[in-house]
Amino acid sequence: MSVILILIGFSLLIAIAFLTAFLLSVKNGQFKDTYTPSIRILFDKEENKKFKTDNKRK
Amino acid sequence: MVVEKFSYDNKIVKKFAFATVLWGVVGMLVGIILATQLFVPALNFKIPFLTFGRIRPLHTNAVIFAFVGNGIFMGLYYSLQRLCKARMFSDLLSNIHFWGWQLIIVAAAITLPLGITTSKEYAELEWPIDLAIALVWVIFGINMFWTIFKRREQHIYVAIWFYIATWVTVAVLHIVNSFELPVSFLKSYSLYAGVQDALVQWWYGHNAVAFFLTTPYLGLMYYYLPKAANRPIFSYRLSIMHFWALIFIYIWAGPHHLLYSALPDWAQSLGTVFSLMLIAPSWGGMINGLLTLRGAWDKVRQDPILKFMVVAVTAYGMSTFEGPMLSLKNVNAIAHFTDWIISHVHIGALGWNGFLTFGVLYWLIPKLYKTELYSKKLANVHFWIGTLGIVFYASSMYWSGITQSLMWKQFTAQGILQYPNFLETVTQIIPMYIIRAIGGGLYFAGMFVMVYNLAKTIKQGSFADNEETEAPALVKAQDVFKAGRRHRWLEGKPAVFLGFTTIAILIGGIVEFIPTFLVKSNIPTIASVKPYSPLELQGRDLYIREGCVGCHSQLVRPFRSETERYGEYSKAGEYVYDHPFLWGSKRTGPDLHRVGKKYPNLWHYLHMENPSSMSPGSIMPSYPWLLTNTLDTSTTASKISAMRSLGVPYPEGYENVANNELKKQAEEIAADLQNAGAPAEPDKEIIALIAYLQRLGTDIKGSNSASSK
Repeated sequence: MSVILILIGFSLLIAIAFLTAFLLSVKNGQFKDTYTPSIRILFDKEENKKFKTDNKRK
Repeated sequence: MVVEKFSYDNKIVKKFAFATVLWGVVGMLVGIILATQLFVPALNFKIPFLTFGRIRPLHTNAVIFAFVGNGIFMGLYYSLQRLCKARMFSDLLSNIHFWGWQLIIVAAAITLPLGITTSKEYAELEWPIDLAIALVWVIFGINMFWTIFKRREQHIYVAIWFYIATWVTVAVLHIVNSFELPVSFLKSYSLYAGVQDALVQWWYGHNAVAFFLTTPYLGLMYYYLPKAANRPIFSYRLSIMHFWALIFIYIWAGPHHLLYSALPDWAQSLGTVFSLMLIAPSWGGMINGLLTLRGAWDKVRQDPILKFMVVAVTAYGMSTFEGPMLSLKNVNAIAHFTDWIISHVHIGALGWNGFLTFGVLYWLIPKLYKTELYSKKLANVHFWIGTLGIVFYASSMYWSGITQSLMWKQFTAQGILQYPNFLETVTQIIPMYIIRAIGGGLYFAGMFVMVYNLAKTIKQGSFADNEETEAPALVKAQDVFKAGRRHRWLEGKPAVFLGFTTIAILIGGIVEFIPTFLVKSNIPTIASVKPYSPLELQGRDLYIREGCVGCHSQLVRPFRSETERYGEYSKAGEYVYDHPFLWGSKRTGPDLHRVGKKYPNLWHYLHMENPSSMSPGSIMPSYPWLLTNTLDTSTTASKISAMRSLGVPYPEGYENVANNELKKQAEEIAADLQNAGAPAEPDKEIIALIAYLQRLGTDIKGSNSASSK
């Protein structure tokens, strides 16, 4: 059953890598703003133009 | 503020979109053939390449890696560019990724029907293709991480985090599970044996579901659902919690595939506990998706795209509730090895992956072609026949799963099995198999409605390879957060950093560490368990080639209903020479771990030629080619040598005499068959297969198994 040690090792490695990523991104302020990103994705440069013309046509 | 002009690569998105539709049709078509073969076994036309065992992995691979895989890349290449406000790092890498992936799919479509397989579920492809997958995956990773690196948007939207997790974890899973020793160009043996192999395989299998079918699609959900509804996700904060909680818990749940097996109890319990914990983040995600539509359900009523997405997210919620429930030992005791699991995975595949892909396609194709969807009505038709298809499919498989399981376990008042003949439990559920095929057919028909609708949409629109856009450059000095200077250099790069260091460490570590470690640990724990004879080893490889493991398990669980039916329950020590393990995950036919010496050689001979001659009403296909094909003995020596390097104790130099031993044993079996009146010749494949089947599970029977030597 020694392979379980390998699997736990790899699983831990992945977990630690993600934990590092999490801590770094918190430190870098990635999650400081938990509202605007959800709005921001709704606006695409190109789409805005198109929507305007669409609206006019309607 | 400098505004930079650049363009998005729409052409690559289009390519992946076409690929997902094409492979979706192919994969589902194979699925329907399989579903029909289960009640019309003659549909293999006695052709090896069309036989259930060989095309079942073709179906799963086509749907998972070709349909869903291309679906992921389609959605990812479109959304990543827009979320990063940057074009993909390299068009060349994008195209290598695309064509490389399609070539791998074609290679799979050729090799699997030819019986070239490792037999490990969802990892059936042989080692050269495994290498190609690793290569293409790394290319995809470089392209993605560099795009993230040169993004013009400081914040990494939650969808991107899901993409990153997908990439990192799939890379690790693929590498660890694909450790195999090549015997020839298209044949290899798993480095792991028996229980170890099973554990690695289901650590992989479970996480393949988690990180190939779930996390990338959650990323897509977090982008396309708000886009399609034109409103922000219900709670962005929840989406962040959903992500981190999900990836930390998912990776530990694999052992729930091996409950009541020879795996140690503590590992089984660990898997169960983590599986139960998974409900929380999974449902957090589902609720987040559904609540995005709060106050906008009128839109759902009118918009087929949102309908698809709502059903997809609901199916995600159902599967992720059902999964933890199936991880409970008492539920698993009933559901494991039955059609219940088939239903469970198809709720996920048809509902979650399929419907989300359709929703994204209906949204994306008109966008790419700067037009409206050709017909909302047809999209609605697709939605309803697809949904109906899922209902037919799932309910019939639940019904058949539970029915069969109860029949397996039913004892009479006298304490003997009420249905001792396995076949009775099969013929009972054949009506359910028919309904399942109808459900699948409906779903498949929906695909064609979509193809027509999208083709018409494409015809009326106009496509531009590049979409011009502009965005302000990312000004790093604007960092308002008080990160120390030494962290400044890492800013914006954690993903790149993370991905490449992980892979670098892994590859180095694995190559040095695993082989020595594992070979030593494959020590037999039961003295009477001996390596396979050369003929049996060849027979075992035929068993692998024909995909027998797709319908027959080799694992008797410690239940009285199973020990009564099959014999002594399976011990971990019995599998120490099994590279790869062949426990299977489904009992469409009976377990075979104790089949050795149960029937005379002649029974097997006639049964393989035409199963219904021995078991009237059997749904097993015929294998007449095994009776006429000559066994390829040129590989014996290299197979014996390979096994020895994996720790199987064949004596030095045995590979040189192995073929003599093989011939001797084959002649004994052929003589026995001829005495019984069968026109058997010792050099045919059937002889090797019979030798293997007669050996199965006999090592610890206590009786003299010398005849197999």
